[in-house]
Amino acid sequence: MTVDLSLADWLSLFTHFMSLSLLAVGGAITTAPDIHRYLVDENHWLNDAQFTSSIALAQGAPGPNVMFIALIGWNVGLNASGGLGAGWPAVAMALWGVCVTMIGILIPSCTLTFVATRWAHQNREMLAVKAFKAGMAPLVIALLIATGWLLTGKHDNPAQDWPLWVVSALSTLIVWKTKTHLLWLLGAGALLGGLGLI
Amino acid sequence: MTTSHRAAPHAPKSKTDLFWSFTFLALQGFGGVLTVVQRELVDKKQWLTLDEFVEDWSVAQIMPGPNVVNLSLMLGGRCFGLAGALAALAGLLLAPTLFVLLLAAAVAGFAETEVSHGILRGMGAVSAGLITAVGIKLMGALKNNPMGMWTCLGLGAITFMAVGLLRLPLVWVLLSLGPMASVWAAHCLKQRGAA
Repeated sequence: MTVDLSLADWLSLFTHFMSLSLLAVGGAITTAPDIHRYLVDENHWLNDAQFTSSIALAQGAPGPNVMFIALIGWNVGLNASGGLGAGWPAVAMALWGVCVTMIGILIPSCTLTFVATRWAHQNREMLAVKAFKAGMAPLVIALLIATGWLLTGKHDNPAQDWPLWVVSALSTLIVWKTKTHLLWLLGAGALLGGLGLI
Repeated sequence: MTTSHRAAPHAPKSKTDLFWSFTFLALQGFGGVLTVVQRELVDKKQWLTLDEFVEDWSVAQIMPGPNVVNLSLMLGGRCFGLAGALAALAGLLLAPTLFVLLLAAAVAGFAETEVSHGILRGMGAVSAGLITAVGIKLMGALKNNPMGMWTCLGLGAITFMAVGLLRLPLVWVLLSLGPMASVWAAHCLKQRGAA
């Protein structure tokens, strides 16, 4: 698909991602529904398939989940320049898109985190800081287990999805009890999935 | 002061060390980096003890922005100030960005096939297990929590029910339970200080 983005549009894209940055409590992926609304439904700078494959590809590639933001910027840039077929100018435009979205999503939250955690570290013996860390610890640990649970439970058809549950349960056990390298486990999962066994 | 803050045995040697360490762990982290971060920083490099990791992770989680990005900023900033934070951040993001863009250019079209869906499904099932396992491992750090193990398990169970079973929005759960837990923790810390 091809779209026209004016300089004002790029600026609007940049400021939108800056505002999302501060709302992304619990990880960048929590902003995905709003990004979909803004880019796909409202402005039509990205189509549905590009949005979905950006998230899927980022999950299949190494690195933090926030990488899907880079891919979304890449795709918007490509759309604005007529697709990869247009050659190097399209690549340059796509990289520009990556910079706009990634810098937008990172600057506000990174600045806030850096300043706030520096303050907290300098005042780490203060009762409020200690109490906050101690009080939050059980919550965030439970959140991790809940995240694992939700990722498993997204497949909700027992007859068809039980092999996936077995794989999740086995990988939990292996990581918990052994020092097996994580890449082996992910490779095994990819192989089983690619062969259509799970 | 209490001795619960046992300092970690090692620390990053330099900003270059930070950069490459984060690059290395980011490139191992398929489907999220958290599991790798815990293994590399706590188990292998021992830059953080399990207790310190849980504390830092609590803060990284509550601040807006990607958790692992926040953790890299905190760790880098503590060792080498702003330059250290930027070195860790660049390490975490640079190589994975290049990788994912090359991947996107290479597989344009492949992402929609049955095989690639299968691969992502399989890796997704494994990474769900990895995240759960990290949660279980971190529970070990609750032994040293001033609120006591049982209160922690109770709070954890409520959080799990709210987010995992009732699917309440994360922000509400953290904003309601978080302050209550922190106030209780402050009370326990004061009592322990007085005893």
